[in-house]
Amino acid sequence: MATQTLARPSRTTPAAPARRSRKKFPVARVAATAVVAVFAVIWLVPFAWATATALKSETEAAATPISWVPASGFTFDAFAKVLSEGNIPLWTWNSLFTSAAITAITLAISALAAYALSRIEFRGKKLLMGAIIGSIIIPPPVLMIPLFYQMLSLHLIDTYWAIILPQVIAPAMVFVLKKFFDQIPRELEDAARVDGAGRLRIFWLIVLPLSRPILAAVAIFVFIGAWNNFLWPFIATNDSSLLTLPVGLQTIKSAYGIQYAQNMASALLAALPLIVVFLFFQRQIVKGISTTGLAGT
Amino acid sequence: MSTSAIQRRTEVRAHDAGAPPLRRAAGKRRDTLHGWGFAAPFLAFFLVFLVWPLVYGAYMSLTGKSLTGANGTLIGLANYAEAFGDADMWRSMGNTVYFTVISTVPLVLVALALAALVNLGLPAQWLWRLSFFAPYLLASTVVSLFFTWMFNPQLGLINDFLAAFSIAPVAWLNDPNVAMWSIVIATLWWTVGFNFLLYLAAMQNIPQQHYEAASLDGAGSWRKFFSITLPQLNPTTALIVMLQILASLKVFDQIYQMTAGGPAGSTRSIVQYIFETGFTGYRLGYSSAISFIFFGLIVVLSIGQFFVTRKRSA
Repeated sequence: MATQTLARPSRTTPAAPARRSRKKFPVARVAATAVVAVFAVIWLVPFAWATATALKSETEAAATPISWVPASGFTFDAFAKVLSEGNIPLWTWNSLFTSAAITAITLAISALAAYALSRIEFRGKKLLMGAIIGSIIIPPPVLMIPLFYQMLSLHLIDTYWAIILPQVIAPAMVFVLKKFFDQIPRELEDAARVDGAGRLRIFWLIVLPLSRPILAAVAIFVFIGAWNNFLWPFIATNDSSLLTLPVGLQTIKSAYGIQYAQNMASALLAALPLIVVFLFFQRQIVKGISTTGLAGT
Repeated sequence: MSTSAIQRRTEVRAHDAGAPPLRRAAGKRRDTLHGWGFAAPFLAFFLVFLVWPLVYGAYMSLTGKSLTGANGTLIGLANYAEAFGDADMWRSMGNTVYFTVISTVPLVLVALALAALVNLGLPAQWLWRLSFFAPYLLASTVVSLFFTWMFNPQLGLINDFLAAFSIAPVAWLNDPNVAMWSIVIATLWWTVGFNFLLYLAAMQNIPQQHYEAASLDGAGSWRKFFSITLPQLNPTTALIVMLQILASLKVFDQIYQMTAGGPAGSTRSIVQYIFETGFTGYRLGYSSAISFIFFGLIVVLSIGQFFVTRKRSA
């Protein structure tokens, strides 16, 4: 179902029925816009309130009655303090590095496995396919205790490896990629095969370039998941210099306590990278989420 | 998919027919080698970091193992027996199911309503998508910081807003009767955009001819929504509901961060209970047993869902 969207982009004309109803029901359209706009404003309030708080002094942030605009004016003190004293730049780097590594490894191993499942007839294929599909229902929290013990035995706790290694297994993504590969015409590969190209070469030179949209979609999905993952990195790391952003923020909360402006400044700084990326690549991200979101179905 | 399978089969047959039997056998052996070769990197990670912990977790659940490494001897099903008699386990399980029910309903309905409205062809589609989906890109800790602040009894924006309507301050995260609902509000804000996007994509895939035909018959917007959009979305809705139930059952982050399971254990989820028995209580064996009880619940639900959706599509 997901891949159909990619294969037939020409059919997405959402505005067509609307134009019809625009003439007939201008009132309904205005009402719909108003309702959606109200929801959108409600949805933006937490961001706005966090920003207003982060731009206050600590005293103003904790003053009653509460107000959006502080009497003494806005200040960047909280941001400056958090950036100079805290570990946020380091945690951002940790998040970026581990998420990029997870995404790269996941893409590589999943695409190779998906190609085998899509194109090669081999003994034990059904068993492998069954195991991969079956494993989709295993909830990660079920594995956290034994995984922690395993990492402890391997002396990997408090290393990047502990964060990265267990997160590269994405059975649902293997399945998504396989479904996409299934739709690539085999004739394209046959031509290369006649020219004497081996499987790996065909995979690299023909299949992968044709699969860019789905690879991007999977990469986006995996990256966002890894960037925001909390539970596993929280278990796998203790050393403050190795924490990812989400885990680091948790320690800030307990360390700063009631310093509201600094709490909000930290939260906003942590939110910033993905929000900025989203502003630039909205179309691709939305498409990526829509195509991989129902994965495993 | 079925056509490609047929294609593949006929291709294989044509290929086989032309080749002498010996070469065919060699080709098969080569294919097996290539197949496992391509799958090998994934398989290695899969076996070491998924299958092995699963097996080892099952084994640990039969031992009295502690985090210090002591008491690794087999004790049979004693952990499971203890878990089934453990009031805290049942309470956490109950909280989790409660959260799942009261979060899944709004997370599906609000997503559907917003997607239906936006799909009417409103102007500035990107703006709505941005507003509703942006929170999904935030880490749980960011969401928890935002909402702990919004829910603050004295300084919070929500109580301040309610005061304008002379509504008494609510102890959002400190009242055992309210706390879970507060978690649901934060969760709705955080993740509804994901379901919203899935619904929007599915709606945009409904063939326009359906709507055009209905328009010719004089159907209005409401009628079209209930007679065309909603039935066409049935498979999507079934999937979203199932994915949401599974996601909600796994709830941990925002609860742990906002209430730490309190007040008085009223929001402690089963994953948090597993986490605490393992890492705070040091009882790895017992904690593994609860993990597998939780896993069992998920498996039963998934199998149930499989039969329900299969019956519906048959």
